[in-house]
Amino acid sequence: MGNHSDGSPNHSGTVATAGQNEVEKFQDPGLPPHRLRLADTDPKAAKRAERQVALLFGTSVVGTLIFLVAYFAIDLGDGTGIATVRLQNMLLGLGTAFAMLGIGTGIVHWAKALMPDHEVSEERHAIRTEEDRQAAVRIVDDIAEETGIKRRPLIRNTLLGAVALAPLPALAIFGDLGPRPDDALKHTMWAPQDGKLKRLARDPDGTPIKAADVTIGSAFHVIPEGLNELHEHKLEEKAKAVVLLMRLNPESLNPSPGREDWAYNGIVAYSKICTHVGCPVALYEQQTHHLLCPCHQSTFDLTQECKVIFGPASRPLPQLPIAVDSEGYLVATSDFKEPVGPSYWERDEHERSINA
Amino acid sequence: MSAVSTPNAPAFVAKTKGGRITNFVDERVGGSGMLREFGRKVFPDHWSFMFGEVALYSFVILLLSGTFLTFFFDPSMAETRYQGSYMPLKNVEMSVAYSSSLDISFDVRGGLFMRQVHHWSALLFVASVSVHMLRVFFTGAFRKPREMNWVVGSVLLILSMAAGFTGYSLPDDLLSGNGLRIIDGVIKSIPVIGTYISFFLFGGEFPGTMVIGRLYMLHILLVPALILLMIVMHLFMVVVHKHTQYPGPGRNDGNVVGYPLGPVYAAKAGGFFFIVFGVVALMAGFFTINPIWNYGPYDPSPVSAGTQPDWYIGFVDGALRLMPGTIGNWSVEQVWFGQVFSFNVLVPALVPAGILFTVMFMYPWIERWITKDDREHHVLDRPRNAPTRTAIGMAGFVWYCVMWAAAGSDLIATHFHVSLNDVTYWLRTLFFIGPIIAFVVTKRIALALQRKDREIALHGRETGRIVRLPHGEFIEVHAPLDEYKRYKLVGFESPSPLPAEPNANGVVDKKEKRRAKLSQWFFEDRVAPATPAELEAAHGHGAHEAIESGETQKTLSR
Repeated sequence: MGNHSDGSPNHSGTVATAGQNEVEKFQDPGLPPHRLRLADTDPKAAKRAERQVALLFGTSVVGTLIFLVAYFAIDLGDGTGIATVRLQNMLLGLGTAFAMLGIGTGIVHWAKALMPDHEVSEERHAIRTEEDRQAAVRIVDDIAEETGIKRRPLIRNTLLGAVALAPLPALAIFGDLGPRPDDALKHTMWAPQDGKLKRLARDPDGTPIKAADVTIGSAFHVIPEGLNELHEHKLEEKAKAVVLLMRLNPESLNPSPGREDWAYNGIVAYSKICTHVGCPVALYEQQTHHLLCPCHQSTFDLTQECKVIFGPASRPLPQLPIAVDSEGYLVATSDFKEPVGPSYWERDEHERSINA
Repeated sequence: MSAVSTPNAPAFVAKTKGGRITNFVDERVGGSGMLREFGRKVFPDHWSFMFGEVALYSFVILLLSGTFLTFFFDPSMAETRYQGSYMPLKNVEMSVAYSSSLDISFDVRGGLFMRQVHHWSALLFVASVSVHMLRVFFTGAFRKPREMNWVVGSVLLILSMAAGFTGYSLPDDLLSGNGLRIIDGVIKSIPVIGTYISFFLFGGEFPGTMVIGRLYMLHILLVPALILLMIVMHLFMVVVHKHTQYPGPGRNDGNVVGYPLGPVYAAKAGGFFFIVFGVVALMAGFFTINPIWNYGPYDPSPVSAGTQPDWYIGFVDGALRLMPGTIGNWSVEQVWFGQVFSFNVLVPALVPAGILFTVMFMYPWIERWITKDDREHHVLDRPRNAPTRTAIGMAGFVWYCVMWAAAGSDLIATHFHVSLNDVTYWLRTLFFIGPIIAFVVTKRIALALQRKDREIALHGRETGRIVRLPHGEFIEVHAPLDEYKRYKLVGFESPSPLPAEPNANGVVDKKEKRRAKLSQWFFEDRVAPATPAELEAAHGHGAHEAIESGETQKTLSR
């Protein structure tokens, strides 16, 4: 480089300013003359500023009192409405604000009006001296020399190898943070249990839905029957199994080959978990037959088997094959034919093994 | 080390009480050297230096209010039925974490206030760190010798966002739960190890029963400890370097002009803590933030429309929204060799943030390489006097803002009654051309301001006084500047492009040629500061030619 600054300011070793010094420049006139404030010359003004500061500190005392009164006088017991909580919160805030702003503005006013406001100039010292630098370099060299690390590559290389491997146990020890994913994401609760098909039930109360109750244009938030009775992993199961149920005019559905019997009389069920990053696709636009995810606005078209027509999702929502049981209730004839929710590395593998 | 005070040497007795206390401490820890060094240390004063102070003080407020909250918060995800005094949620099944957050809000006196103080100051913390960084960038305060402190500051920005996000998720309400859901989706999109990381973070399938406890530990221990460590390093370096100062008469790279720490600067800075606290308290008292009781407990099924993350996560969320998942019939998500590559999630989640932070971390070195400027800088640049840097900064800022605005695309659509799709298409366009427009416009504005400065330096300021000359001409009288005000307008350095130089072997290599091109781009458009000769000419002839000649001085030193 040949461009090392010794650390002292103004010692330009560069050419970035080439040509600058050839032109005559304005000289620095130095600090402007100090201008006195009113309080410096007029004792009355100084006295006034003093009283103002004291008044501000006094305001702070009032603020503290407001806080204490609001804290002790307002009781939050059973049955207090949200209005009381809000009132107390407001008064506590007001009290603290006065207490703090009183002190703060008082001190700042004091500093600005009464403390000396002479700006002073102080020399900057070099961060380091050249002598120190040379000594430090020498020390580093000496230390390296005394360890002999350069002369003994065997020591150096084995040390590097050992140090490189030593953190591995520190990583491995986190192995029990969670179970292996295995097939967990492949299945949902909709899989028939002991040969019994799962009924579609209303979210959140869990009552089963009769096909006759589903009128054209209506939509239901659906959970599998028995979800509410689970004792553990309820939220985990729900996070995969929630479904949207809608009924359209059967003509407007265009089922692809193999999916003709997945709907019943215009009633279709699709996973509610967005294939983008997993938000619930909660908005059903009844007129356009679009499903919209409120998180990132992925839009799915029901009439095209929930194909993505807008937004960041890449895959259609998985469809749940449904039918009606002997009592007229809607049931899932099988689990989803693909993993639901956001994509993951093994997703395609899982889908292939489901359909194999 | 015996006999510190011998009978022969009479012990020093201070005359004042303050002196005696100082002496007491000094005799035991030897603090007088430190006090001598720092007691009157000079700090430059400027309103824009307060952003860093706001950041520091909001962190102190976070520690204070956060400690209070930990006394009542229970990070357990065990199921419980709410029995507190908020009627609408009575007997609702929820996690202990959410229930205890409700208790803090409704059954602990002052709990809601502390929650709101904590949340508002968290928002303020990230905001002030960001604005402080913008100030440092646009004034060139990151230049040698402060590059490492810039890096520490950038780490602090990331840590402040990490602290914010881990805290945001703790109440386990519907809104934050959906936020975690999104994080889970993003993590799962990571190739090869994504599914494992997700299972390890959540202790199994999402949402599991572990994640709140784990985030809690990160939020109250690891992240704040790291922030504290970084703050100590940051301030230590500020002391080592001494503060930068704005350019002006009497200020140069060899001095610091300002108020002594004691009493003025300490009083102002100390008083400012109380002001920040007071403003946060005012916001907490009057403006509701994160009303978790309205959202309900987390449930994977419902979600409300128009949901927003805290502001600092907005740019990532916005990038997620802007990315199209399908282009025509082509799916952005690809299956290669039987494995899934979710580019529609991976790219927006990692690439823009990655570019922003990489450029941010490296910028001091990038500029140093282009300009070959190895000098120490303690006097700041006025942003207009570094037009290209200012333009680069604005391009990055606008890029960030486009993504940030995209996080509210649905709200923009509903508030202004426009189509959501159109808003997205426009923002997608702006994502690409916004930074370019910002760059060009900013650079032109900076150059125009420089010309304005020249004009004022040479001809004085407009007085608004119209005078009719004997021969009938009307002119506006210009009042000449005093030398101090003028120096502020002319006392800057306007480097010209630095052509490629041969290296030690006498060869101009490719890298050096590239550097010379960038230097050309960086410095070619410049307005040279007015010179005494020009001032003389302007006064002598009362004419405008002098400025014109200065303006067109596009120095191409090749």
